[in-house]
Amino acid sequence: MKTAEDIFKILKDKFGDAVLEFKNDKPVDPFIIVDPLEVDKICLFLHDDSDLLCDSLMNLSGVDDANGEKIKSATSGEHEISIINGGTLSVWYHIESTKLKHKVTLKTSTPREKPEVVTVTDVWKCAAWHEREAFDLYGIVFLNHPDLRRILMPYDWEFGFPLRKDYKNPEFYQGMKVPY
Amino acid sequence: MANSIENIELKTGIRTEDMVLNMGPQHPSTHGVLRLELQLEGEIIKNIIPHIGYLHRCFEKHCEAMTYPQVIPYTDRMDYLASMYNEFGYALAVERLMGIEVPERVEYIRVIMGELQRIASHLVALGTYGADIGAFTPFLFCFRDRERILHLFEITCGARLLYNYIWIGGVSHDLHPDFIRLTREFIKDFRPNLKELNDLLSYNRIFIERTANVGVLPLDTAINYGVSGPNLRASGMKWDLRKDDPYSVYHKFDYNIPIGTGERGKTGDCWDRYFIRVREMEESLKIIEQAIEQIPDGDVTSAIPKRVKPPEGQIYTRVENPRGELGYFIISDGSTSPYRVKVRAPSFVNMEVFPELCKGWMVADVVAILGSIDIVLGEIDR
Repeated sequence: MKTAEDIFKILKDKFGDAVLEFKNDKPVDPFIIVDPLEVDKICLFLHDDSDLLCDSLMNLSGVDDANGEKIKSATSGEHEISIINGGTLSVWYHIESTKLKHKVTLKTSTPREKPEVVTVTDVWKCAAWHEREAFDLYGIVFLNHPDLRRILMPYDWEFGFPLRKDYKNPEFYQGMKVPY
Repeated sequence: MANSIENIELKTGIRTEDMVLNMGPQHPSTHGVLRLELQLEGEIIKNIIPHIGYLHRCFEKHCEAMTYPQVIPYTDRMDYLASMYNEFGYALAVERLMGIEVPERVEYIRVIMGELQRIASHLVALGTYGADIGAFTPFLFCFRDRERILHLFEITCGARLLYNYIWIGGVSHDLHPDFIRLTREFIKDFRPNLKELNDLLSYNRIFIERTANVGVLPLDTAINYGVSGPNLRASGMKWDLRKDDPYSVYHKFDYNIPIGTGERGKTGDCWDRYFIRVREMEESLKIIEQAIEQIPDGDVTSAIPKRVKPPEGQIYTRVENPRGELGYFIISDGSTSPYRVKVRAPSFVNMEVFPELCKGWMVADVVAILGSIDIVLGEIDR
């Protein structure tokens, strides 16, 4: 059993600059910020290393940080923000070891204009659907993903990514008025 | 392999090709609206592509527009067969984020409700599984017993399926004066009924022929695919969040974690996944019995905060739902509504391994394998 700080030190020694920061402010769960293009190697190490043995990916979720420049539209009613420029989207990984009973949380941020993260499907198979969900709802592209399609939204949905903070409903979808 | 397809093609010059068969979305044994695209070679499954999302209403987007307590009725509607447990998990996550201590009576009530819900949910799973495979009578027997649990819920909070009962910091009502007596009566009557279910379905020769050795899920595959709950335990791993990541007052009770042993076939086959649920119901009965003996007096609404405004931060909390690991990932920006709620739905993750289980089996086995995983589409699609 290792604490999040121990794991951070191990990863920092091994990967250097790809592991960016360790945050541990209460009541926040401690988490490690990593590079989006190196996350697959870090996860593979977490999975294979005999001291870490993180064999299970509990959860993977996309988050819109909405930390870019917010441009408000003049006719704002319900939705105040119409466009967010710049900033980042994030992916959070909640990983645990069922054998050694420790947990680790990774966070990686990627620019909103070109959100790209390397897939961890090769490490944990269950990441495939989680990543498809993050792609579907946030538009985060997972590089090298075997089957990156929409999963929850209709396959022909072309009005953007619903969980982004600046998402706006289309007026019509296939001839049907959307806010009924 | 003289009669293999390649050889027949060579000899006769007749070309064969794969057939694609759509199963669902209105197929009764898909337990909701799930479409399976079966790629077949004759009657053998080569691959399955599940198409989900027919019930998608973007629960997570709704949450961002609600205050924290307003989210609770929405969590009911995810896994509508285990609503109590969804509320339980959500309330627990927000309480941990805010640092609320819950009165002991509330914890006991939650555990009792959660375990009753587990029995009710498993009864639906087992009953419909029998019905899928062709045994219709056990279905009615299971629903008869489930009805009594729903009655217990109804006298507690007024609703039979979607309760809005477990609130952040407490529960909405105290127990009904008759609740303890009726629960005791239910447990007394239910034990013989379980034996009856075993005689009728579990040890039925036809049922065993249909399910034993079918759709075997090896343990390492299960872990790599993130499978949790009864499906993981059926593959032989003693992993239950009530013991392995303890929450609430589960540590005060004496109960076992049943695991699959391959009693009728191989460990991790459909029969194991079925029978683990029967045994879990027995363990749940033990927990409820102990809890209604020990339950302390007290006020159940005293810790409910007037205004739910957690500090900035993020938390991942998980509970052992009847279907597996139900996780809530909540990010708070310090306001009264959540910034982000992500639900790690157990059915969503369990469903992902399903194509792996079916490869090489017949079309008729797809129904048996799907039923043994016990999915709820309301939770997969959210």
